[in-house]
Amino acid sequence: MKADILQVRNLRVYYQTSLGPLKAVDGVTLSLKPGERFGLVGESGSGKSTLALALMRLTKPPGYIEGGQVLLDGLDLIKVSENEIRKVRLAQIALVPQGAMSSLNPVMRIKAQIIYGIRDHLKKMPGSALEERMHELLAKVELKPEMANMFPHELSGGMKQRVCLAIAISLSPKVIVADEPTSALDVVVQKQVMLTVGQVQESLGVSILLVGHDMGLMAQFVERIGVLYAGKLAEVGSVREVFKEPLHPYTRLLIACPPSLEEKGQFKGIPGLPPLLLNPPSGCVFHPRCPQTTSRCSVKIPSLKEVYPGRWVACHLYTEVKR
Amino acid sequence: MKALGKRLSRVGAYCRRNPKLVSGASIILTLVLFWLIGSLLLSPTRAQPISGLPDQSPSLRYLLGTDNNGRELLAVMVVGTGLTLRIGILAGVIGLGIGIILGFLSGYYGGLLDTVIKGIVDVLLTVPPLAVLVVIAAVIAGAMTLDSMIVIVASLSWMLPTRTIRAQVLTMRERAYIQVAKLSGMNGLEVIVKELMPNLLPYLAASFVGATAASILACIGLEALGLGPQSLPTLGMTIFWAISFSAMLRNMWWWWLPPIIIIATLFVGLFLLTAGLDEIANPRLRRKM
Amino acid sequence: MTVLLEARNATKVFSSGGFFKRKETVALENVSLSIKESSPSITGVVGETGSGKTTLARLLLGFIAPTEGKVLYKGGDLQRMSRDERLEFQREVQVIFQDPFEVYNPFYKVDHVLTTPVAKFHLARSKTQARKLIEHALQAIGLQPEETLGRYPHQLSGGQRQRIMVARASLLKPRIILADEPVSMVDASLRATILENLRKLNQKFGISLLYITHDLTTAYQISDNIIVLYQGSVVEVGDIELVIKNPQHPYTQLLVASIPVPDPDQRWGQDSATVLVSKTPVKVNRGCKFVDRCPFGMPICGKDPPPLFQTDGYRAVRCYLYKDASVIAGNAIGKDVGPKR
Repeated sequence: MKADILQVRNLRVYYQTSLGPLKAVDGVTLSLKPGERFGLVGESGSGKSTLALALMRLTKPPGYIEGGQVLLDGLDLIKVSENEIRKVRLAQIALVPQGAMSSLNPVMRIKAQIIYGIRDHLKKMPGSALEERMHELLAKVELKPEMANMFPHELSGGMKQRVCLAIAISLSPKVIVADEPTSALDVVVQKQVMLTVGQVQESLGVSILLVGHDMGLMAQFVERIGVLYAGKLAEVGSVREVFKEPLHPYTRLLIACPPSLEEKGQFKGIPGLPPLLLNPPSGCVFHPRCPQTTSRCSVKIPSLKEVYPGRWVACHLYTEVKR
Repeated sequence: MKALGKRLSRVGAYCRRNPKLVSGASIILTLVLFWLIGSLLLSPTRAQPISGLPDQSPSLRYLLGTDNNGRELLAVMVVGTGLTLRIGILAGVIGLGIGIILGFLSGYYGGLLDTVIKGIVDVLLTVPPLAVLVVIAAVIAGAMTLDSMIVIVASLSWMLPTRTIRAQVLTMRERAYIQVAKLSGMNGLEVIVKELMPNLLPYLAASFVGATAASILACIGLEALGLGPQSLPTLGMTIFWAISFSAMLRNMWWWWLPPIIIIATLFVGLFLLTAGLDEIANPRLRRKM
Repeated sequence: MTVLLEARNATKVFSSGGFFKRKETVALENVSLSIKESSPSITGVVGETGSGKTTLARLLLGFIAPTEGKVLYKGGDLQRMSRDERLEFQREVQVIFQDPFEVYNPFYKVDHVLTTPVAKFHLARSKTQARKLIEHALQAIGLQPEETLGRYPHQLSGGQRQRIMVARASLLKPRIILADEPVSMVDASLRATILENLRKLNQKFGISLLYITHDLTTAYQISDNIIVLYQGSVVEVGDIELVIKNPQHPYTQLLVASIPVPDPDQRWGQDSATVLVSKTPVKVNRGCKFVDRCPFGMPICGKDPPPLFQTDGYRAVRCYLYKDASVIAGNAIGKDVGPKR
């Protein structure tokens, strides 16, 4: 059993508001193995983007990390100094942010942007070696070498995303956090980009944490999946098991939601509204919308328990398996 | 009643977060009060020549002394402040009024109207306003009254508001809610008045303050050169007289210092007010309410 | 059979650039579609970015004029309508936009978008009647008036705001609703309700729907027939079951194959449908627009743009692979390729 490359323990990220702390991420615990593809799925307001930024310690005020640990290969990213974390970012853990395409500098050529990040970390590398590395990276993400001299606006959305991917892998990090990397792309380009991401992941052996809301994409790409609701994990498990036999009522509804191309049917949604994070419901945060709620659900917050080996659920309907 | 209290407390909370707006407004308000209370306590005739002994330094009788012609300077300050504020506000209103009409029409309807208005505005903006004003004022010379001054100054203060408003309208014109309004049956004028204008209130306020400040500055400039209404004790004219009668050489600080202090205060107030309004208007500067 | 809204061989070319370097973009080329009065149907218009679907929407609403061809409402050219005809058009053709936030004027409460059309189109005779009308419309969509009216847009969720827009569209009891990506900016869990609302509007009130989207799956679920756009041209059109279950145009096939199916046992293969480079190294100036990505490219594809071939009772494909089928004259879709019912 390989040791986990990334361990998140009870991470809490809150936002300071005039009405008190808003608990965007409230006690998330998960782990990632080397070379694993983990999907974190949640709707808007679930806290997934907040979590992705917090892993890189890029949380900006009024957000702040209230507590918890983020262990990257044993190193606690929350506790290290500012200098240390800057060395770790990109070199050990990289982020492909949401809207990555618009986070490329419009007045810098592509090659400059890729080299920029590498140069900051590997100060001793000579210019020619940097150029070579840059070309290698472009090839890895299936971009033609002539694109190095272009500006971002000359590239299509899919190509820009590949550039962001190239930047992310430039220092062969251990973990890549991809926050909705394809949400703005057309479905055809999305498939191409995700297949490239998959190839890159396999050849580098890097772990990928894919954050998103598209269950279809998760089913296609990840090996394990975690379902996030209102800042807490509802369910974690292998993607096959979770899809075949979803345990948490929210997961069940989430899987039933997306319409299929198989046959026409009733539109299925989740009744009710997403919870107000400033004033969440008592007990289990999902209970007002849950079709299987019991009296206990409004009183006690369910904790994430391992009900089968490798399967975790936070729901009163399940009891912990005795190991 | 409760709702009113809640509203006020929200306003109060915002005021704490936007100190520029509050301090700017307070300064202006102080000057207005100075004028109002002063006008009640002092008779305006005391600002006229030969209402007191000339060249008196400040004493209990003449709190700010008198000038060469026997004007009581405290009264002059009070009256002068009032006149300056009046000039500023009237010129600002005229400038803004023209700016609103032309800016909205050219920004919303575009086309030939827009090209023409934009062209005129761009050309006139290159004209050095003070030079033009000096020429016009010199031509009118003795016949200059306060109102004619307001009109002349306002005539060169409408261009910037027009441009700012037009630019804002251009960005807002394509917004989805404008299209929805059009699809709901509103015609052009209704869209301008009901949909665009309410969202532009901060910009309109900022433009108004800007036009006011520019007008006051232009007036003071003209007056200090001696081209203002000769018989009125405005702040600028006071400076002119002080210069003409060598008040500085004669160490009559009570003559040239008070108008400068008041003018400086006024501009600090206007500047803070503009900065505060900018914060409301530009959401990126705005801290969350 | 009166035709309500019709686009006849509509082409839209945008020219940009300065005096010397004019660049022309063909946003839409030779697109025809018609919505008839008697059979209220839901037509899906599917295309990705650059397909021209937004341009088509704007043409159909009269916001822009076609460079060639016409857009007609009840037989009258949209660009030449009188004030009364325009008012009638606005009343009978309503829109639901994509962004549920931008459509609200942040200065007003959400009631504003509902009260304005009621007032402008004289739908009620008094304020109380107007209020009742609005409350009914909201309840029909499944919203509680007490929870939604009197609030500002930022106080409601995206799903609620979008549903208010649907309620607004239904208030006027239009003949046609043009929905431009109505659920793409709404959470997955709330999409179902909105789509269900739209479907009910069609079934209960006989309102025809033009559902414009890039999401093939929702288009499949809600539409009766579908138009697939690629770079401004109609590549496939017809009955939805035929087009989706048995796509004939290579682009439609590519689209269907690229959709991530939420089933871990049906993963994407590294299949040839993701070909990026063509087999026919022809510069696409004339000819089929898809030729540089098409795995079936033939020499003729680069020379002349293919016409629409009718391959089934209720379907047509713009592809030379089917050149043995009969050509639809003048790109006319309508009578021959219409809904089943």
